[in-house]
Amino acid sequence: MKVHEYQGKEIFRKHGIITPEGIPAFSVDESLAAYDKLGSETVVVKAQIHAGGRGKGGGVKLAHSHDEVESLAKEMLGMTLITHQTGPKGKEVQRLLIESGADIRSEFYAAITLDRGKEMDVFMVSMEGGVEIEKVAAETPEKIVKVWIDPLLGMKSYQARKLAYGLNLTGNAFKEAASIFLKMYACYQSTDASLMEINPLILTGDDHIVALDSKFNFDGNALFRQKEISDMRDLSEEDPMEIEAGNYNLNYIKLDGNVGCMVNGAGLAMATMDIIKLAGGEPANFLDVGGTASAETVKNGFRIILSDKNVKAVLINIFGGIVRCDRVANGVVQAVKELGLEVPVVVRLEGTNAEEAQTILSKSGVSIIPAVGMKDAAEKVVNAALGA
Amino acid sequence: MSILVNKDSKVVVQGITGSEGQFHASQMLDYGTQIVAGVTPGKGGQTTLDDRVPVFNSVEEAVEQTGANTSIIFVPPPFAAEAVIEASFTGISVVVCITEGVPVHDMVKVKRVVNQNGTRLVGPNCPGIITVDECKLGIMPGFICKKGSIGVISKSGTLTYEAIDQLVNVGLGQTTAIGIGGDPIIGTTMKDCLKLFEKDPETEGVVIIGEIGGQMEIEAARWAKDTMSKPVIGFIAGQTAPPGRRMGHAGAIVSGGDDTAEAKMRILGECGIGVAESVADIGELMQNAMK
Repeated sequence: MKVHEYQGKEIFRKHGIITPEGIPAFSVDESLAAYDKLGSETVVVKAQIHAGGRGKGGGVKLAHSHDEVESLAKEMLGMTLITHQTGPKGKEVQRLLIESGADIRSEFYAAITLDRGKEMDVFMVSMEGGVEIEKVAAETPEKIVKVWIDPLLGMKSYQARKLAYGLNLTGNAFKEAASIFLKMYACYQSTDASLMEINPLILTGDDHIVALDSKFNFDGNALFRQKEISDMRDLSEEDPMEIEAGNYNLNYIKLDGNVGCMVNGAGLAMATMDIIKLAGGEPANFLDVGGTASAETVKNGFRIILSDKNVKAVLINIFGGIVRCDRVANGVVQAVKELGLEVPVVVRLEGTNAEEAQTILSKSGVSIIPAVGMKDAAEKVVNAALGA
Repeated sequence: MSILVNKDSKVVVQGITGSEGQFHASQMLDYGTQIVAGVTPGKGGQTTLDDRVPVFNSVEEAVEQTGANTSIIFVPPPFAAEAVIEASFTGISVVVCITEGVPVHDMVKVKRVVNQNGTRLVGPNCPGIITVDECKLGIMPGFICKKGSIGVISKSGTLTYEAIDQLVNVGLGQTTAIGIGGDPIIGTTMKDCLKLFEKDPETEGVVIIGEIGGQMEIEAARWAKDTMSKPVIGFIAGQTAPPGRRMGHAGAIVSGGDDTAEAKMRILGECGIGVAESVADIGELMQNAMK
């Protein structure tokens, strides 16, 4: 799960990580009120969307007066911001952060994430702040200083000092940085973050270390114990069909093709998308219906897949293990009848009671195209989509 | 022979009185798995599954009184990490964690503990292990397997079943099939499993089924290239997965570098592993590799 920059900064402040003063605003009036309240002549007006690269896309601008804040808020609220992370469709800006301007002497990068290979969290800092870290990592990896944190010991002071030395800091700035790095790790741990990034972390003209940006990813599996974080979820940033699928306990991701698919198990679902492509089609979605695949699940799956008007045919691919294929077949027949489907449906059922399932499908009277094996299923559904 | 579990494995089921635990413990008993104990804190002293299995309050008690040496975990995500740690400190040698949705921060700590204690953890978020006709320590449909000489390693549940089904259809049975799970941090890696299969005299060839995300398939392939004497074939799911999206499994996400399906397929191929471009070709490819 992601949160907005202003929410991330609220989390930072709770953990003692210094940020500029800022106030979120959902309208032009709120933006002006925020400007007045901040009492700083120069402010930054920052579009709040769940994607990076906002500055280049025109979503971060300076304002020096009431009038400038007003015109920037008018311009940004409701605009579609396209960055390298939003995809070509961009994202609509619905929230702004009005923030006091900062006196920047140097810009750094700081982040914590999981190193899957080492099976430890890695804390990275770099003097190349404010630029894309992927670029630094690819071109000048020596400019990134890293420490790996023992999961049982936690982060140690000498590690925080190593990072601060890595930024060539001295005096008060050094002390503040080392202290902030320990606080960052505590924050990362206590919020179940899977990524926490500050880019840039700045050194101010008066020798303080301040987080000028915030980026978080939180582990969805841990939200049960992170109520404060899950309350920050902004549903308008997510695909409405994916939210609806989540409400049915289905795992759905919309894609751009025209062949829908409904599969039990994430790996098999990916493999089904892949074989549709190999057969000459384009998958319209990823949909994992999980272990049960009851009539209700299948119906909900159809509703979600078919809300995408590009879908010209649907493939149901179920490997029945614990779930019996005859039950799935009954569910499919019931769902097709009740929903009065118009698109062709190809069904491949394998595993427990697969033969009974074939009989149920062929005697059902509804127009279902049975398939045997994944190759046959993929070819049939792609042909069906082309013919439609 | 086989790897990790066999007919002599004495199994304790953690979370045996929950609905998942009840259902799958009963299925495992039917398959012939020696389930000697169940654990549910507060329900010690009872018996379950038609009096066939005694329930204990702790894994420690279960081990002391029944000699259990293997555990399978069906407890809910908030308690799963601790269940693994509990089993690990009793000296249980193999622990399978079926639970889906264990927080990653918990798993990072758990992994360190099981490594220190020398516990072999499989999972979490996995279908478990089956040694054909001997021991089913998991939730897979046992009847699809046939005894034979192929080892199967997979990140995915139903995709494992698909591969097993294809192997059986071309006349190849299995020694042991392991679902290692699709989370970012898991107990046993593909390379770990390859090493075990290499040492197992009954296993003559291995199928690895991977997916997008992480470097595990590549690490396994590089090891196999240098060390493995038995034929290995592979399949990678997620060629059509959009970057940056989590495809069902918590670890199945393309986040830059060599973690795409394309990159993994290329590197597997470079390491001498036969790569199935289509999921439908797994059985046939293994059959050809065994000739």
